[in-house]
Amino acid sequence: MSATAEAPTPEQPQLTKKALTADHPTWCPGCGDFAVLASFYRALEQLNYPHESIVTMAGIGCSSRFPYFVNSHGGHFIHGRSVPFSAGISLSRDDLKVFVFGGDGDGFSIGGNHLDHVARKNVNLTYVIMDNQVYGLTKKQTSPTSPEGFRSKTDPWGAIDQPINPMRKLVNSGATFVARSHATQVKHMVEMIKRAAEHPGFAVVEILSECVEFHPGAFDAANPRKGGGFEIIDEEAHDKTDVTAAMALASEPWPGKFGVYYEVQRPTKNALEAGLITKARAKHDNSDDATLLKQTFARMR
Amino acid sequence: MPYPNPYQFMVSPNSPATPEGSASGAPKSINDVVVRLAGNSQDGIQTIGGFLARLAGRSAQEVMTYMTIPSTISGGPSIFQVRMGTGDILSSGDEADFLVAFYDHSYKNHIDHLRKGGILIYDTDHVEPELSPDYLAVGVPFTSATIEAVGGSAKEKGKNIFVLGLLCRLFDLDVAKLTGLIRERFAKFGEDVVRNTMLAFDAGYAWPAQNIREIYHKLATNDNDSGHPQITTDGNTAMTLGLITAGVRYGAGYPITPWSTIMETLRTELQKYGGLFVQAEDELGAIAYALGFAYAGHLSITGSSGPGLSLKMEALGWATMAELPLIIINVQRGGPSTGLPTNVEQSDLMQAIYGSHGDSPRVVLAPQNVEDCFYIALEAGRIAGEYSTPVIILTDQALSSRIEAFDEPDVDALMVTPDIDLTAKGADFKPYPIDALTRHAPPGTKIEGAPYPTVTGLEHDEHGHPSGNPAQHQKMTAKRRNKIKQLGKSLPRPEIHGDQDGDVLLVGWGSTFGPLREAVNRARKDGQKVGHIHLRHLNPLPPELERIFSRFRQVFVVEMNDQGLYGYGQLATLLRARYANPAIRSITKTDGLAFKVREILNGVAELSGSRYASVSGYPDV
Repeated sequence: MSATAEAPTPEQPQLTKKALTADHPTWCPGCGDFAVLASFYRALEQLNYPHESIVTMAGIGCSSRFPYFVNSHGGHFIHGRSVPFSAGISLSRDDLKVFVFGGDGDGFSIGGNHLDHVARKNVNLTYVIMDNQVYGLTKKQTSPTSPEGFRSKTDPWGAIDQPINPMRKLVNSGATFVARSHATQVKHMVEMIKRAAEHPGFAVVEILSECVEFHPGAFDAANPRKGGGFEIIDEEAHDKTDVTAAMALASEPWPGKFGVYYEVQRPTKNALEAGLITKARAKHDNSDDATLLKQTFARMR
Repeated sequence: MPYPNPYQFMVSPNSPATPEGSASGAPKSINDVVVRLAGNSQDGIQTIGGFLARLAGRSAQEVMTYMTIPSTISGGPSIFQVRMGTGDILSSGDEADFLVAFYDHSYKNHIDHLRKGGILIYDTDHVEPELSPDYLAVGVPFTSATIEAVGGSAKEKGKNIFVLGLLCRLFDLDVAKLTGLIRERFAKFGEDVVRNTMLAFDAGYAWPAQNIREIYHKLATNDNDSGHPQITTDGNTAMTLGLITAGVRYGAGYPITPWSTIMETLRTELQKYGGLFVQAEDELGAIAYALGFAYAGHLSITGSSGPGLSLKMEALGWATMAELPLIIINVQRGGPSTGLPTNVEQSDLMQAIYGSHGDSPRVVLAPQNVEDCFYIALEAGRIAGEYSTPVIILTDQALSSRIEAFDEPDVDALMVTPDIDLTAKGADFKPYPIDALTRHAPPGTKIEGAPYPTVTGLEHDEHGHPSGNPAQHQKMTAKRRNKIKQLGKSLPRPEIHGDQDGDVLLVGWGSTFGPLREAVNRARKDGQKVGHIHLRHLNPLPPELERIFSRFRQVFVVEMNDQGLYGYGQLATLLRARYANPAIRSITKTDGLAFKVREILNGVAELSGSRYASVSGYPDV
């Protein structure tokens, strides 16, 4: 029923950074999001999907401007709700590669409910959350991941609410691929984005991406160049399919570890719905639309 | 009959032997009867109402039903009214000819709705009516007779079917067809249930209700066979089938009464057409999914009832800005807030036209009866696609559940085949041209020699890329407004029913169509010069309304919402603003019940001689 773009072939032209580049980003100089964008270009070059099949969507916030800086189909939906919007794209068009970008406010606060539900449905898409632990576009209010004691315009005496632990929330949400990276680690980001894109199901990558304007130094503890340590998960030692192990890893003290926390294979909603369609169509002899409708009317006579 | 009857047929001693106007003894053919069944929601009276309505529809009779259910989880008073007969049945009837009362409260609350000379049939196990010469009271022990017929362990189940048997006998309904319908309905519960159901039916059918039969004998059927088979269904089902015919294969929603049955049916029906309906996590998620489907290239729908539409408003503004086609159904109910969730009101008009933020013009349509629920869905689909715009369909609780019979639509002629155009676009491709209608290139479309287009809620240039340029915002705002105006010019002029000029023009929208028609017919019989127009297109308005209004001395807008701070209902307020015509006034009410013909005629009489702006069910303070 859905239209299908051509599948990648060996003759497919190489997708280049140049072809993927759109407007120059409007982010502040030094923003961590530049590195995320560069890593995304590189991941796409390596994945080499047909250019027209790539869709980049986003919600609202600094990081959600991301799709404007990628030359692809896509756009910019309303605050917090880009995940169900993108799920609509993915569920009805299996030929597309759907990427969603957003920040900690978009993903964990206003869109927190949508994130949980699209994750539990295991809709096939890739969600990149660029976490800077502050509301930047609106000029420094407390975010759901701002640490306790963080001084902002809404908490001038220091934040008093307990922050969300993104990894614990994401592992718990039902997402089938949960990973974490750091905007200063380009190679690691490229690997995480690629693995998320190739994962069948709801794949989410949280990237710590510093806001140099309103929360500088937030992630220095995990940046070797600033005296911190970037510790990568040893996938030989960590059972990614064990939710308890993933939660234990997610509960480690700040700044914790980086890499794939959780990765399981579970049927996607895309596949399950397709199965229901095949069954329902077969039950009705794969009849054409007009025949099916006439049968329904006949029962109402 | 296999079940001997141990009970006496009880007729109240004070009742007249026959109701007013009927010939004594001689069976009489009637062509229009209104039966009101009153009981509790778990008694299954909606079920028998549905059987009667479907039977009538299958017997070339016209039928219209009306129901109320309580907004409690279980239990609570409930009614089902069915009007059957020949000719144009336009409303479910002001007054009942028959009241079937299951309980004391059913009797007390509804006896005033029984016409003078009507017949009260009551359950002697539960009801002790006050006897009155105004009606004929017939006692029948529904409960104990059913227990007797079905067996001791059945508790009170099946008495609805007992009553159905009784009614079937009273009106000489087609037993074979009716028992066929019953078997169809209960077969899935197993042979035991079917057998018990038939036992209850037979017991009711065998009940010696001879006295009543002498008065009401046989319901006439229409003999003018149009050649089209009739189908019988409710408004929400008709809407669903209209959507499928329009090419809708994708949608999303969140449960809320009375919208839910549309999503339930689409969830189960769309699969066999290769489509998909998502039950979303909330209303905001639902419209987001639906817009995702639309962006991906599908004609998609979402819907809700009043409070749910409010939650969708932010995304609706986005859809207006991004100019994506989308059908949004609002099954209106009493408001504000959770208000009267199971009663009817038409108070979401302003929300539908002006809700959301910024200048966000959109299309708003309203179906006028069950059949029109089907055709308006088709029209909404066509407009949404052609003008790349959200289209809101304002239906209501009364239409959603009301059952009517109408000509089966011509599927071959109407069926729209869904199609996604992925033709490659060149360097000249602009999805948002300033001087032409917006045309999207869905993802999967190759774009050669130009940047890929973006969809966004930010003001944008012709390629969809953000632009904060003041002149650009002014131009794009005008573009979005002008396409809706352009649609307005292409709409058909409303037809005037009744007098083409005269004293009073009644203007209505939505489910008030039938009662308004009947009111005009009755007023004209009384010698008044009255016309009626019914607006299916509420935003934009159809052309030539000004000219139509000018032919009548007074224009009364009849609608089920409040008269507002300044004395006018919602549509009347809009029409007064649009046409600056002081002849336009309001007849409004907000009691949660469908307009009765009498209420409309009283309103017209009162308003014609009144200096006040409007009449409504409640006095001014």
